[in-house]
Amino acid sequence: MRNLTLFGIITTLLLSASVVIGAGVDLGQVQKQELNMSAILMFLLFVSGTLGITYWAAQRTKTAKDFYTAGGGITGFQNGLAIAGDYMSAASFLGISGLVYGSGYDGLIFSIGWLVGWPVILFMVAEQLRNLGKYTFADVASYRLGQTPIRSMAACGSLVTVLLYLIAQMVGAGQLIQLLFGLEYWMAVVLVGVLMILYVTFGGMLATTWVQIIKAILLLTGATFMAIMVLKEVGFSFEALFTKAVAIHKKHDAIMGPGGLVTDPLSAISLGLGLMFGTAGLPHILMRFFTVSDAKEARKSVFYATGFIGYFYILTFIIGFGAILLVSTNPTYFSDFVAGKLKGGGNMPAIHLAHAVGGDIFLGFISAVAFATILAVVSGLTLAGASAVSHDLYANVFRRGRVDEAQEMRVSKMATIALGILAIILGIQFEKQNVAFMVYLAFTVAASANFPVLLLSIYWSKLTTRGAFIGGFVGLITALTLVIIGPTVWEDTLGFAKGSAPFQYKFPAIFSMAAGFISIWFFSITDSSARAKEDIAGFEAQDIRCQTGIGADGAVDH
Amino acid sequence: MQPDMVSKVKNHPKYRELLAKRTIFSWILTIIMCSIYYGFILLVAFNKEFLKTPIADGSIITIGIPLGVVVILSAFLLTGIYTWRANGTFDDLTREIKKDVQ
Repeated sequence: MRNLTLFGIITTLLLSASVVIGAGVDLGQVQKQELNMSAILMFLLFVSGTLGITYWAAQRTKTAKDFYTAGGGITGFQNGLAIAGDYMSAASFLGISGLVYGSGYDGLIFSIGWLVGWPVILFMVAEQLRNLGKYTFADVASYRLGQTPIRSMAACGSLVTVLLYLIAQMVGAGQLIQLLFGLEYWMAVVLVGVLMILYVTFGGMLATTWVQIIKAILLLTGATFMAIMVLKEVGFSFEALFTKAVAIHKKHDAIMGPGGLVTDPLSAISLGLGLMFGTAGLPHILMRFFTVSDAKEARKSVFYATGFIGYFYILTFIIGFGAILLVSTNPTYFSDFVAGKLKGGGNMPAIHLAHAVGGDIFLGFISAVAFATILAVVSGLTLAGASAVSHDLYANVFRRGRVDEAQEMRVSKMATIALGILAIILGIQFEKQNVAFMVYLAFTVAASANFPVLLLSIYWSKLTTRGAFIGGFVGLITALTLVIIGPTVWEDTLGFAKGSAPFQYKFPAIFSMAAGFISIWFFSITDSSARAKEDIAGFEAQDIRCQTGIGADGAVDH
Repeated sequence: MQPDMVSKVKNHPKYRELLAKRTIFSWILTIIMCSIYYGFILLVAFNKEFLKTPIADGSIITIGIPLGVVVILSAFLLTGIYTWRANGTFDDLTREIKKDVQ
């Protein structure tokens, strides 16, 4: 009965989220391009290579541990690259360079917010996750708390985050591939969905990790080449790059400083909080810490990942400015040069720049890389979502831990296929919607529900099951509600009049995080149940394992 | 974990040392990172003009650009400092505790 109620809550939450998000505005049709042969060739090369890896990984994926964590034997350096590959989505490559192209400095502000979550992950949760958990972050959150409520809560938080992120990626993938490869939108979405199902179902975490590593290397190489070509154009002088950009850009010297991205201090702080702590609550990112053997490798992964991601954001800044020089002046990249309408829309500057600096061949390479980027990110997301279903909901909530490994793996493969199909359906449903806000919504949910529960379960001895359960849901629901009744969805997406949104802040993380933390605190300290005493008594042993790794899940089972 | 193991570790002097050192260290680094980042964000919110000041007379480059790059580099540097110290000092202490109790 209790399981049924929980399941009801989950379904209602997911449904209400999709209904609200489903009602959006028309973005306008992205026009289809002619077939790009070099892009298709390079893409086929990538796909056959990664399918080969999946076949190889499938031979090595025998146990649940192999499936969820690639056997736990990934090195810190490899994991750092894979994290970078998991995190640098097409949204950050195309979106940030597009933002720099459009408004200059504001793009840098955004990318910094996306980076500064990493040190916090390292100082607060990375090695703690490795020492306490096994497959999902819910393992850590529920370590000393009631398994059923906490895992259900964590699985809800994970699935909402994963689905929102997944929709944004699928729609982006469809539009991008339609534009780059001349495929129909629905075919592009189905292709992404099918490939991701193949990688994850057969190759599990091992294949996903290698897809992410390869993609990270390709993306970093491609972006480095573009940045060097841009700098070569201006004789390797930043002074010249910025001078030319300011002269060309219609906003002139406004692009050299902060513009309209954040207007009031509260929004600025709130945006920062959401980006910083959202990163520390993304299930597909947290899951990567279980793939390394110990705390030492977990720390190294973050160090390398921060380096790669930071370097990448500096490149996107140069690429954005390069596009102002080389793309905005060339009518062939525009569908309407006078009105300033780029072919393919505002996310395309980096793609057009690839053509401007490297011709058709390099355009093909970057197009294939952009596709690979999407594949790597959706695979990581799907694996995290499937683990929440199979490891948390099925094995530990519905079966109360009485389940054998083979069965659990079967369920996770079924969940992968189900999530893949759901992603395809949602991707097609949302074709014409503006999905840009969904990534930020995913970050807000992660920062307000997943992160508070995870952090307090590790550090706060007085946290109780009741507090974490109620507080986690309060954070989740507040985050969803405030984004929906805020200007981005209410006015821009649902189309109500400007200024009519019941909640006037674009970035609600400061409120929803506070709601989450305060509810967890309040419902914990007022909890005098027997369960609460058990929760508090369990802290000491948990803390010792957390601090020293004694008793932690080792690198290899045998 | 066995109850006797819990008390053995808890009362180990090196465990207390580890706990004290690591807690302070991660808090200091977290506070540094947050001060740098939120300091930057507050500049964006309150003092846009400062960020738009040229770094030198006649230069087009504004203070905001090197400052932004510094924030990115500081994130990388801080993770490096933590990793270096934790993989050295903290892991040595942990190893000694483990050796004594197991």
